[in-house]
Amino acid sequence: MLARITNWVREGQIWGSVFRHGIPRDRRTRAMAILSNVFLHLHPVAVRKSGIRLSFTWCMGGLTFFLFLVEIITGVLLMFYYRPTVEYAYFDIEGLRAHVTLGLQRELHRWGAHAMIITIWLHMLRVFLTGSYKPPREFNWSVGVILLVLTMLLSFTGYLLPWDQLAMWAITVGSNMARATPLVGYEGPGAAFIQIGGVPLVHSGSDARFGLLAGTFVGPNALLRFYVLHCVFIPLVVTVLLAVHFWRVRKDGGISGPL
Amino acid sequence: MPGVLAEGSGFDTIKHWVNVLCQPHWFMIIAVVLLIVFLVGYRKVTKPVIAGPLAAFATLAFLASCFDPNFILIVKKADNVPIVMMIVSMTFFIWLSFRQAAINDERMENGQPLLEAGADDKVLVWPDLVYIELIALVLFTAFLIVWAILLRAPLEQPADPNVAPNPAKAPWYFLGLQEMLVYFDPWLAGVVFPGLIVVGLIAIPYMDKNPRGNGYYTFKERPFAISTFMFGFVILWSVLIVFGTFLRGPNWNFFGPYEFWDHNQPAALLNREPRDLFWIEMLNRPIPGNYLLRELPGILLLGGYFILGPAVLYVLFFRKLCRQVGMLRYGMMAFLLLTMLLMPIKMVLRWSLNLHYVVAITEWFLNV
Ligand code: HEM
Repeated sequence: MLARITNWVREGQIWGSVFRHGIPRDRRTRAMAILSNVFLHLHPVAVRKSGIRLSFTWCMGGLTFFLFLVEIITGVLLMFYYRPTVEYAYFDIEGLRAHVTLGLQRELHRWGAHAMIITIWLHMLRVFLTGSYKPPREFNWSVGVILLVLTMLLSFTGYLLPWDQLAMWAITVGSNMARATPLVGYEGPGAAFIQIGGVPLVHSGSDARFGLLAGTFVGPNALLRFYVLHCVFIPLVVTVLLAVHFWRVRKDGGISGPL
Repeated sequence: MPGVLAEGSGFDTIKHWVNVLCQPHWFMIIAVVLLIVFLVGYRKVTKPVIAGPLAAFATLAFLASCFDPNFILIVKKADNVPIVMMIVSMTFFIWLSFRQAAINDERMENGQPLLEAGADDKVLVWPDLVYIELIALVLFTAFLIVWAILLRAPLEQPADPNVAPNPAKAPWYFLGLQEMLVYFDPWLAGVVFPGLIVVGLIAIPYMDKNPRGNGYYTFKERPFAISTFMFGFVILWSVLIVFGTFLRGPNWNFFGPYEFWDHNQPAALLNREPRDLFWIEMLNRPIPGNYLLRELPGILLLGGYFILGPAVLYVLFFRKLCRQVGMLRYGMMAFLLLTMLLMPIKMVLRWSLNLHYVVAITEWFLNV
C-alpha cells in the first residue's frame, strides 16, 4: 500500500518536475541525483573509496559546514528577539531565557559556535596530517586558513552581543590588543613617529582600536558594529569562501588519496 | 565518597603534587617531554594495549578530580565545558591519526599497500557518501540538542564598564594569545604573533616541498613537518589555552587545579631587565642614558638570533633541505621557525632569570 502511494507520488508530474531524474537505483540515475541538484552537486559524482572512510576525514569538514548551517538557522531565530542597543540587548536575552517556549536557540547557537571552533581545528589537523595541503591543493589550504580566521572572528564578534559582564570584558581584553598594533595603534611601536609638525596622527581617537570599536571603549557603537559584522558581513564572506572551498575540493581531484 | 576524596590525607598529598607539577614550567616541560616520547615511540605508544589503559587512567583521574571543590568549580563553568571536549577529542584524533600513520609506515616498509590504497576505486556519492553525511547530521543534531538542554548558556550581570572582573578573560579560543601576554607585550602577543601564525599557516604548502606523504597518514615520510606542526598546535596553542582557562586566576596569577582562587594574592613582579643584567651585574657600571646604547646588548642578542640563527640551523640540520627548496623558501621557513621558538625561549628565560624583556625600548613601546 505504502509502496504504491510512494510510487504514485514519484511518478507524478510534481515530483518529476522537482527531481528530474528517476529513482536513483542504477549508475545513471544515481549520477543524475547528484548532478541535477544544486545542493548535492557540491559533491563530485564519484569519490575515492578511501576518501570517505570515516577514519580518514573524520567527517570534520562536513561537520564544520553542518555547524555553520546550524548557526545560521539559530542565529536568525535569535535575531527575532534581539535588539543591538545598550538599553535592550541584555534584557532581550534575559527575556528570551525566561519567556520563549522551546527557546533553545541561544544554547544551540552558543554551543554550536564552540563546537565549530573545535571541529575546524580538527579538520585542519586532519588535512595537515594526511598531507592534503600538498599540490594540487595548496590554494585550498590557504582558503581554509582564511575561513579559520573568519570563523574565530565570527565567534569573537558574537561573544559581545549578550552584553553581560562576561561579554563586555572579554571583548575589552581582546580589543585592547589592537591599541598595540605597530604604527597604527596609539600604544604600538612606531606610532609616535607618525605625526605632522609635532601633532600626532595616531592617538586613542584615531587608531586601530578606535576603528574596531568605533570609540575608545566598548560602548554602544561597538555593539552595533559587532552586530553588523557578526550577522551580516562575516557570514556573507564565509559563504562565498565556502563556495570556493567546496568547488576547489572537487576541482583539485576530490578528497585526497595516495597517487 | 566525596568526603573521602576531599579530605583523605593520601589524596591530599597527590593533589599537592599535581598542583606543584601544574606550575607553568613543570607543566610545559612535562608536555614537551610527552610529545617527544609520543613522536619517537608512536608505533608502540599508539597500540591499543598501551593507549587504552592510558585513556582509562586519564578518565579515572579526571572523574576523581571532579570531587575536588576547586577543580569542579572551574570545569563546570559553562564556557569551560567545550574546552574539556576539545582536549578529549583532540587527544582521540591525534591518537587515531598516528595509529594509522604507524600502520601505514609499517606497511610501506614491508612493501604492502597503504590503508588508503586503491586510489582508483571510486564509489558513487549517491548513495555511499550522502548517507554517511545524513547519519552524521542526525547524530550530531541529537548531540547538540542534548547538550543545549543539559547546559544553559551563561548570562552574567549586565555589562558595567566600571566594574572589571578579576580575572578578565578573552573567549577561550584566544586564551593562548592572552597567556602569551605573560611573556610578551601586546604588540607581539596580540598583533604580530597572531599575524605570523596566519601567514605561516598559509605559507606551509609553499614551503614544504616534500612530495611524499600526500593523501595518506604517515609520520616516517615527513617527520620534520609533522613534528613542527604538532609542537605548534599542541604545545604552543592548546597547552597555553589550558593554562589560560584552568590555571590562571585573579591578577592572572597561577593556581594549581586543586587550589583556591585567592583574590588577595598580588600580581607577579618582574624586574630583571637585560640592561640591569648586563650593565650593572656583569660590568658593574651605571646604565647609559642613551636608550640605543642602553639596550645594545639585547638588540645584538636579538639581531644575532635572527641573522645568525638561519645560518646555524643550516649548518646543523638543513643543508639538504635548503638545496631542495632553495634559498628564499629556506629563509622564510627559518624566520618563521625562529619566531615560533621565541616563545619557549622567552619562557625559559623568565623561569630561570625572571627576565622581563630582552630589548626594552619603552620610549617607543618597543619591548621584546
Ligand atoms: C568553515 C570552515 C571549513 C569548512 C566548512 C570546510 C569544509 C571542508 C569539507 C567538507 C571538505 C571535504 C573533505 C573533508 O570533510 O575533510 C574540506 C576539504 C579540505 N579543507 Fe576544509 N573546511 C573548512 C576550513 C578549512 C581549514 C581551516 C583548512 C586548512 C587550514 C581547510 C583545508 C582543506 C583542504 C586542503 C581540503 C582538501 C582536503 C582533501 O582533499 O583531502 N579547510 N573542507
